[in-house]
Amino acid sequence: MQFRLEKRPEPSKAMLYLTPVGAVLATALVGAIVFSLIGYNGLGAVREIFLTPLLNPLKWQDLAVKSAPLIIIAVGLSIGYRANVWNIGAEGQYVLGGLAGTGIALLTRDMSGPWILPLMIGGGVLGGMAWAVLPALLRTRLQVNEILTSLMLTYVAIQLLNYLVIGPWKDPMGFGFPQTRMFTADQMLPTIIPRTIVHLGVPIALVVAVAAWFMMSRSVFGYQVKVVGAAPDAARYGGFSVNRTIWLALLTSGALAGLAGVLEAAGPFGRMVPSFPTNYGFTAIIVAFLGRLNPLGIIFAGLAMAIAVVGGEVAQTTIKLPAAAVGIFQSMMLFFLLASDLLVRYRVRFGDRTVEARA
Amino acid sequence: MTLITRRNVLRIGAAGLALPFAGSLAFGQDGPLKIGFVNVGPKDDNGWTFGHWTGAKALEAEFGDKVEITFVESVPEGPDCERVLRELAQQGNKIIFATSFGFGDYVIKVAREFPDVIFEHATGYQRSDNVGTYNARFHEGRAVMGTLAGHLSQTNNIGYIGSFPIPEVVMGINAFTLAARKINPEITVNVVWLSSWHDPAKEADAARALIDQGADILVQHTDGPAALQVAEERGIIGGFGQGADMSAFAPKSHLSAIIDVWAPHYIQVVKDVQAGTWVSDDSWPGIAAGEVVIGAYNEKIPADVVAAAEAVKLGIADGSLNPFTGPILDNAGTERVPAGQIVDDAGLWAMDWYVEGVKA
Repeated sequence: MQFRLEKRPEPSKAMLYLTPVGAVLATALVGAIVFSLIGYNGLGAVREIFLTPLLNPLKWQDLAVKSAPLIIIAVGLSIGYRANVWNIGAEGQYVLGGLAGTGIALLTRDMSGPWILPLMIGGGVLGGMAWAVLPALLRTRLQVNEILTSLMLTYVAIQLLNYLVIGPWKDPMGFGFPQTRMFTADQMLPTIIPRTIVHLGVPIALVVAVAAWFMMSRSVFGYQVKVVGAAPDAARYGGFSVNRTIWLALLTSGALAGLAGVLEAAGPFGRMVPSFPTNYGFTAIIVAFLGRLNPLGIIFAGLAMAIAVVGGEVAQTTIKLPAAAVGIFQSMMLFFLLASDLLVRYRVRFGDRTVEARA
Repeated sequence: MTLITRRNVLRIGAAGLALPFAGSLAFGQDGPLKIGFVNVGPKDDNGWTFGHWTGAKALEAEFGDKVEITFVESVPEGPDCERVLRELAQQGNKIIFATSFGFGDYVIKVAREFPDVIFEHATGYQRSDNVGTYNARFHEGRAVMGTLAGHLSQTNNIGYIGSFPIPEVVMGINAFTLAARKINPEITVNVVWLSSWHDPAKEADAARALIDQGADILVQHTDGPAALQVAEERGIIGGFGQGADMSAFAPKSHLSAIIDVWAPHYIQVVKDVQAGTWVSDDSWPGIAAGEVVIGAYNEKIPADVVAAAEAVKLGIADGSLNPFTGPILDNAGTERVPAGQIVDDAGLWAMDWYVEGVKA
């Protein structure tokens, strides 16, 4: 007996939306059983990881702040991925956004005024965009694969960050620690809900997602992106320029990653430090797919990822679940999602060659 | 391996029954003193975080059920640690130890929100009313390791794997190099920076690269034994345990180790807090106080070399020897410390230059 995978002609729409929920439920179920069997409080782990962040109002601010950069970056990536443009280097573009904002902050150190923060944010957007120009140029001019160039530029960005905070940007009052000065009040993102850590980046993330959804579903640009991704030949025949789409996709995702970077730098970080790259750019790739490359889905996917991270920390502090176990829960969620995805798009066929011949 | 037994299956059921009550458990005023630890690596890194884990265990041994310890691992430096710090404070922890320098800004920030919680930040410099700092004079141990390396190196080329060029790391490199070159002025120390405290793959890569460039002794200021494992595999003269004894990973190459003993400091802090006498200050003891301990010497090291290393250790312990005694030239040839003078603590914390013989 053998079994094969056969592509479904049309994946069920309902299943596409149900499987992320199913993946979370399967993770909770399997996790509870497995961790109970090896002697941990399995149900407690599931409760702390998946429910506490949602039920405990003290955690809502953490979910909002943790998911905002993931949502902003993932929305940008999803636009490119729809066009089959694979920007894997959002982490580098995020770093450059943060660096550009920091550069402006250091230049305007002795100044004050409400214009400084918007200038920093604008700089961050341009910084992220500039870092995406290189892969776009190489891809459209020389046919160099953007997956490789964008990924490798991430490490260049991190080295640039280290150089700046260890060298020219080092805080002279910081005892030699590799970090810049703290930003001034005019350079920090305002908190929008008093007595919480919820900053302006959170509503910005929602606006970005909704605007992107509108653009992708209602504008010619969105249509063009989808056609170029789904059928490049048809797009060319229809007069859509593939190169132009590549440029737009990379610049948009770079700009949004840069925006997330400057918002993090001016928000939770408040200065530039070597630990600034926190893998948001890579985690956002997962978030983009978890959200089905749909900007509205990405809001929920970003929240789900934030729940897993925040809940993982809660589980470590309350029921003393080791860090590795938390990692297992997070990986399990992705495993179940990808596995169920396969089954949504393909069906399993058991049987012999007659079936194969028919396929 | 745990097998699936009836008892384990019952445990799942029992856990289910307990679920609705778990949230309502609260400790009264007379409950144990809750103590939290926030760590940058996992406790089984066999180095830095393991050292703090050992210190946390010592608290349990000393105070028994009067303390309840929560040890949070692998917390990234940056805003993520702020969440963990706040979480621990909200859970009722009264003392919170944050054991990595990158937690500093957030310790200060969260400490402002929880004035009745005491925070102790390792390897940092920012203090406030309820934030103290603590560290160990690791560079004293580096001087002992440097003495061994000065005697043992044959290629005169020593590879040094650094994390970040912060004063604590720089003074370790300098103390090591000064001690090694006191024995053998031909020695050069090549530093590779990883920009990470715990990344075994990068540590191993750096170790291989340094050996390929002729290093026959490796030193690391990162948290795990990866470099030692490479040293063992490649059969070079050896390396040193950092933070803990790592001889289990490299029985032939583990020359000695700098072992961090945090227990006395942790026990003192808890006693001070219990007595209500805790005040924010900076604690920075070294070999003399037993916070920095030199590990066992590998049996392949000749007796006279061990004796030389012991002499340095004892000299530092009784104060007759300071690892930073002038004349000291930096690696550009400028005299930084005149003959007969030493670098004081303020000078150590401002150290952003390398001594002669360091290529960084």
